[in-house]
This record gives sequence, C-alpha cells and structure tokens, in this order.
Amino acid sequence: MDLWTDFTRKFQAAFVTGDRWKLYLGGLLSTLELTVFALALGTVLGVIVAVLRSAHDQQRLGQHNPILAVLNAVCKVYTTVIRGTPMLVQLLIWRFVILPTVRDYTLVGALGLGINSGAYVAEIVRGGLMSVDAGQSEAGRSLGLGYLDTMRFIIIPQAFKNILPSLGNEFITLLKDTSLVSAIGGAELVYYAQSVGSRTYEVMFPYIGIAILYLIVVMFLTWLQGRLERRLRQSDRRS
Amino acid sequence: MKKFVILALAMLLALSFAACGNGGNAASGSDVSAPATEAPSTDSDVTVTDEPAPAVTTVEAGKLHMSTNASFPPYEMTTDDGGFEGIDVEIASAVAAKLGLELVVDDMGFDAALISAQNGQSDMVMAGVSVTEARLEVMDFSETYAIGVQVIIVKDGSPIETVDDLADAAMIGTQKATTGYIYCSGDYGEDHVTAYENGATAVMALLNDQVDCVVIDNMPAQEFVANNPGLKILDTAYAEEEYAIGFAKGNTQLVDAVNAALAELRAEGTIDAIIEKYIHN
Repeated sequence: MDLWTDFTRKFQAAFVTGDRWKLYLGGLLSTLELTVFALALGTVLGVIVAVLRSAHDQQRLGQHNPILAVLNAVCKVYTTVIRGTPMLVQLLIWRFVILPTVRDYTLVGALGLGINSGAYVAEIVRGGLMSVDAGQSEAGRSLGLGYLDTMRFIIIPQAFKNILPSLGNEFITLLKDTSLVSAIGGAELVYYAQSVGSRTYEVMFPYIGIAILYLIVVMFLTWLQGRLERRLRQSDRRS
Repeated sequence: MKKFVILALAMLLALSFAACGNGGNAASGSDVSAPATEAPSTDSDVTVTDEPAPAVTTVEAGKLHMSTNASFPPYEMTTDDGGFEGIDVEIASAVAAKLGLELVVDDMGFDAALISAQNGQSDMVMAGVSVTEARLEVMDFSETYAIGVQVIIVKDGSPIETVDDLADAAMIGTQKATTGYIYCSGDYGEDHVTAYENGATAVMALLNDQVDCVVIDNMPAQEFVANNPGLKILDTAYAEEEYAIGFAKGNTQLVDAVNAALAELRAEGTIDAIIEKYIHN
C-alpha cells in the first residue's frame, strides 16, 4: 500500500501537479513539427540527390555528361560525409560551429536533422530507381514517351512501391532522432521531461511517459504506412 | 529534355546550398555590430569610439536575451507553465526594464549558455556564473550581484565530514562546466569527478549512491536538501566566489548599461528584496 501511495505521488508530481501534462503536450507538438520540417527537407534533398546520381549512373554507354559528373561527385561527398559522421556530432557542429548566432535551436535542429535525413533518403530512393529493370525504361521510351513521362508513369510508380518499407523506416528513425535536438537546447519532448525531472527529483515517470508518447506516434506511423502499402497493392497481381 | 531537367534540378540544389550559405553569412554578419570575436585584446579604451547610442544595441532589437540553465534553484528554474523564475531571472528582468528592453530567457545547458553569450547568440549569460581567470579571458563581466558559496552535499552518515575528506571520495558529483567541476577536477583529478548536465541530476546520482558527494552552490544546495530527505550540507564551504553577468568580450556598451542599471537597482534595494524573497521562501 505504501508502494502504491509512493507510486501515485510520483505520478502526480510528474504529470498532474501544476498542469504539467500540458508541458509534455507542448513538447510533443514541437517534436512533431521538428519531424515534419526535417522530413520535408530530407525528402526534397534526398530525391534531388537520388535523381542526379541515378541519372549519372544510368547514362547510355559511351555517354559522359560533364555537368552530371560534377554534380554526382558533389552528391557523393554529401552522402559520404553525412552518413559517415554521427547525428549528434552533426547537430553540435550546426549549433556551435556553422550557425553559432542563430537563437532558434529547434530550427537549427530541424535543419541538421533534415540534411542528415536527406542523405539516407537519397540512397533509399536511388536504390528504388535502380531497382526498376532498365527494360521498363527502354520500353517506355520506344513507345514514344519522353524521359519525364517514362519516369512519371512507369519508373516512379514501381520504384515507390519498392522503397516504401525502407522509407517508412527512415521516417520513424527521424522521429526518434528528434530527441537528440534536446542536446543542443531545442525545446522538445525530452527537454520538457528533463525540466520536470529536475524540479521533482523524480525522472522515472517523465522518461517512461515520453517513451510511451514516442511509441504511440511510431505505432500510428506504422499503421499509416501499412494502409498505404495495402492501397498500393490493389493493382498488384501478386496479391 | 533530360538535360534540361537535370540542369533545373542542379540549379535547385545549388540554390538550396546558397540559401544555407546566406543564412550562415547573415547570422555571422549580425555579430559584427557587437565586436565579439574581432577585438579580443582591445578591452582598453579603444571601444570608447563607439557612437554614444541612445539605447543599447542588443542581438535582437528591443529584446534582452539572457541565456541560462534553468535548473539551478533559486537562481533560475522553470515554472509549471514552461516559464522561468528565480533570482537571476528577476534581476535580469528588472535590468531589462531599466534599459527599456523586454527580457527573453533562453534555456540550455550551462556550458552552452556560456558559449552563447561569447558568440553573441544571446546578450548575456546569467546563470549563477562565477568570475574566474579563464572566463575573464573569453568574456566580460558585470559588477558582482551575489556571493556564491560552493558547498558539499552528502548523505546522512557519510564518511565525508569536512572539505579535507573530499580527497577520499571515490566519486564527486558536479554540474558540467561549473566552477565546482573545474575546481574539483583540478584538485582531485578527472577520475574522481563526474559532471552532470544539471545540479538536480547530480543530486539524483547522490541519492542513488552513484557519487559520494555533490559540490555545488549553497543556494541550490539548500533547495536540493530541503526537497530530498536524507541529505545534508557540510558546515565547511568548499570555495567562495562572486557571481556576475557574463557578456561577449568587448561588448562594453552593454556591460556599462547593465552595470548602471544594477547600481540603480541596488540603491533602490530591489536586488536585496529579490534575493530576500527567494531565500526566505
């Protein structure tokens, strides 16, 4: 019984007293904002890099576009550097070295996360574009479709279905990586959990509480991804 | 067609990089107004040539940004609605009012709070910052507004009973980048000191027997001990030091303005009233 009163006292201190649950909700909101911003930036960067790199790699035999070669090299450096250094180190560099005078740490975090995510999305999308047989593109072109139309109606629909699971994975990782932004002073879920914890000297409920919040959001995303995959399978003869 | 698309995409990429570059430039450009990095050695009369501006220049017009680490009661702590309170916060807002500015509190780690003020990311750092030789080399300080005493918190019945016993402590808990950490790691070696993100975490480590004692400022220590039964503060202090507001090196106009405001507040008795209010609560 004493254990139980202790339990409820700690629960109250973590969530109920002074309407502290509102802090967690606010933190969740900025975590989601952070994710959406980084996701958008990462997707745009990733698609651009992927298209450039696969356009370079899939040139016809004997053709070498010099502009494409330079861009390809730039993209390669980008993915190598970003994928080769830890996320936290990148965030610290953004915050203290590259943008030392910007005060919106959440924004700096979103920028760092987005640029990081872009490198991973690029490789996923590139893998998807490369995974579609060259014959598909050749068939499209011989039927008189231009490069863009071939991409739009033949390659991308097939590639998208291939990459959806890994892309979903990447987005879930991104959501969880937003917790690193608390290390550079961004006010998100972890920040508020720590802020409550340092006032109540009790961290179990704040930390387990936010873990559950992350889990709920991730489960929702997984469910959404499953729905999308099922929807895309409707036209699939395999099902 | 294909080449055109590639070119368009390339332009987009280049633009996005350029946009990033611009952001960086604009940001670093803004701290030219506060000669933070340019003149590390000209803390003499050279800066007097600054035109006597009617109001002080701050990193954001009309606002006074204070970087701090809001888990250092009673100097600064968060409130339940996500705001901030404490001695430093109230003094800062009184100073801001004198200067006709609006106070903005930026909460972050203590080490980051110091760096922010040095970089001109915030106007000042006010987080119970003690003036030390090393800090004077990289930043300017206002007049002292409070005396800080570094004390030792131990569990009841701990073998550590005086400052001299610290030498026997297997592990001393401190807060990252604070003078407590700097002195302890200097005196007893890095192997015997753990630096935590904030004071509360260090105290939790003490409660869990992960450290043998915690060296921290007396006032937060009083709060920590009052809130956690089974802890006590040793009678002998570890060190005494002066707390002041830190500024970017060479930001004389703001240091002078804040010093003038502090002097006025002291004369009015406001500072004593603020400190009194938090100590007797």
